[in-house]
Amino acid sequence: MWDYSDKVMDYFRNPRNMGELPDANGVGKVGSMACGDVMYLYLKIDPKTEVIEKATFKTFGCASAIASASILTEMVIGKTIEEALKVTNKDIVEALGGLPQAKFHCSVMGSEALEAAVNDYRGIKPEEKEELEGKLVCRCFAVTDKLIEKVVRENHLTTVDEVTAYTKAGGACGSCKNEIQEIIDRVNKGCCGA
Amino acid sequence: MFVYLDNNATTKVADEVLEEMLPYLKEEYGNASSMYEFARKPIKALERARAKVAGFLGAAYEDEVIFTSCGSESDSTAILGFLGALREKRDEVVISDVEHPAVFNLRKPLEKLGFKVRVLPVNKNGLVEIGALREVISEKTALVSVMYANNETGNLMPIAEITSLAHEFGAHVHTDAVQAAGKIKLDVTRIPVDMLSISGHKLHAPKGVGALYLRRGTPFVSFLAGGHQERGRRAGTENIASIAGFGKACELADKFLPYENSEIKRLRDKLEKALLEIPYSYLNSDPDSRTPNTTNVSFEFIEGEAILLSMSDKGICASTGSACSSESLEPSHVLLAQGLDRKLAHSAVRFSLSRYTTEKEIDYVIGEMPGIIARIRSMSPFWHEN
Repeated sequence: MWDYSDKVMDYFRNPRNMGELPDANGVGKVGSMACGDVMYLYLKIDPKTEVIEKATFKTFGCASAIASASILTEMVIGKTIEEALKVTNKDIVEALGGLPQAKFHCSVMGSEALEAAVNDYRGIKPEEKEELEGKLVCRCFAVTDKLIEKVVRENHLTTVDEVTAYTKAGGACGSCKNEIQEIIDRVNKGCCGA
Repeated sequence: MFVYLDNNATTKVADEVLEEMLPYLKEEYGNASSMYEFARKPIKALERARAKVAGFLGAAYEDEVIFTSCGSESDSTAILGFLGALREKRDEVVISDVEHPAVFNLRKPLEKLGFKVRVLPVNKNGLVEIGALREVISEKTALVSVMYANNETGNLMPIAEITSLAHEFGAHVHTDAVQAAGKIKLDVTRIPVDMLSISGHKLHAPKGVGALYLRRGTPFVSFLAGGHQERGRRAGTENIASIAGFGKACELADKFLPYENSEIKRLRDKLEKALLEIPYSYLNSDPDSRTPNTTNVSFEFIEGEAILLSMSDKGICASTGSACSSESLEPSHVLLAQGLDRKLAHSAVRFSLSRYTTEKEIDYVIGEMPGIIARIRSMSPFWHEN
């Protein structure tokens, strides 16, 4: 049994902003059913001010995936796109009063969904986005080097197990673990100058 | 209402079992290896329990029963103890694709020891077919270890056929019967397996006690260094209280077998029928060859952990095949082995009853489940009501 915070359970039991948004002009869809979680984030953005007026979600996944998506909608409503994009997975974890480490990937999914929704609003197609997202490292869970670099940098990760907890990368067949370690080494070398 | 439908995970200790245990936790604390009068009662309790377990399994000799600490220990003891003592030139071990981790995760250690491990596939209902064994068995096969009943689906494997085919080729047979004990009749005389594992806490004894049936004459070496307990086959001071309770639990289980196969089966079937009436729900267990207390159902478009937590909010306990409920990121290897789509494996829920399950409880669960499934589905991007 996971030791979920009261806040996670509250957002799971009483999800805020749940459902589709018919007038959304930015929709982010991330994850896959085969991998166990999928998040759809719907944004209604004012084209003049770029302020997010409405945000809703739908999630296939566990309690922490549902809670992460739900609290994310509350965190971005009223923000401009630029402000919203500054919300990191760490902010989502904090807002939820913490997550078990093995569930951090749910919060990462939240920030990915947000980026995807903004890309959709800006008219960046998923194919172009894939180029932006970089090279596929983990084939089992479709995780790219760009995402791994991002979570390592933002969360100061140092081990492959941590990266797995944040992104699922390396969590199935494990054949990409060496590559993940190389990315960790590269990022940490860069930031610490060691 | 509180409804415990996770009896394949663990069970409530029966009152009669606790009664049997208490003297050895209180005044009769003597070590069964000691020489004084004070050790007599623990020694007697140990041998009484051994006789009960032997009777429960249909063993010809009481000394064919070795007490261990759990089902996993029994599995490792059997497989490693047998292969460690084997003097024949046989270097292959056959297991199935749906074994409990206690057996499944021995693949690597066995390969390191120089054995080739052959894994039998299962059919789409999750059953091992005898034809699959026929394809791989040979004079090189040292051991065939296939579980009696699967923990996730309750599926009963064709152990009688497996045993006779393996014996034809001179191979030995072990079976993990942890999920079968107390649910169907086990009889090592009628189905002459060489080794069989059972666990106390799955049949209303406490956690921390198990047993291995080891047929006389089976090659065996203890892999635990230590004292002479259990005739040198399992070192360590005997857990007398739990063993006494285990013996009592086996005696009770025998008595309840007819009830298990009539009343519990009826309640399980009633529950299963109602669950399958929920739209887009699918049975993952074999409809026929199955323990009477278990059903495993997938509810499409949603994920198991979310279902379990919502059930828990209603006081209902069950299990899931989803990855999200465990440290693992992969869904149940059992359900994947039978070819179930990954998304359906993530949405699988196992319900397992016991003799303490009442009709009132089943009716309550039947009443609550459609609402629980509908609520989680309302949050799923893949669910469209029409």
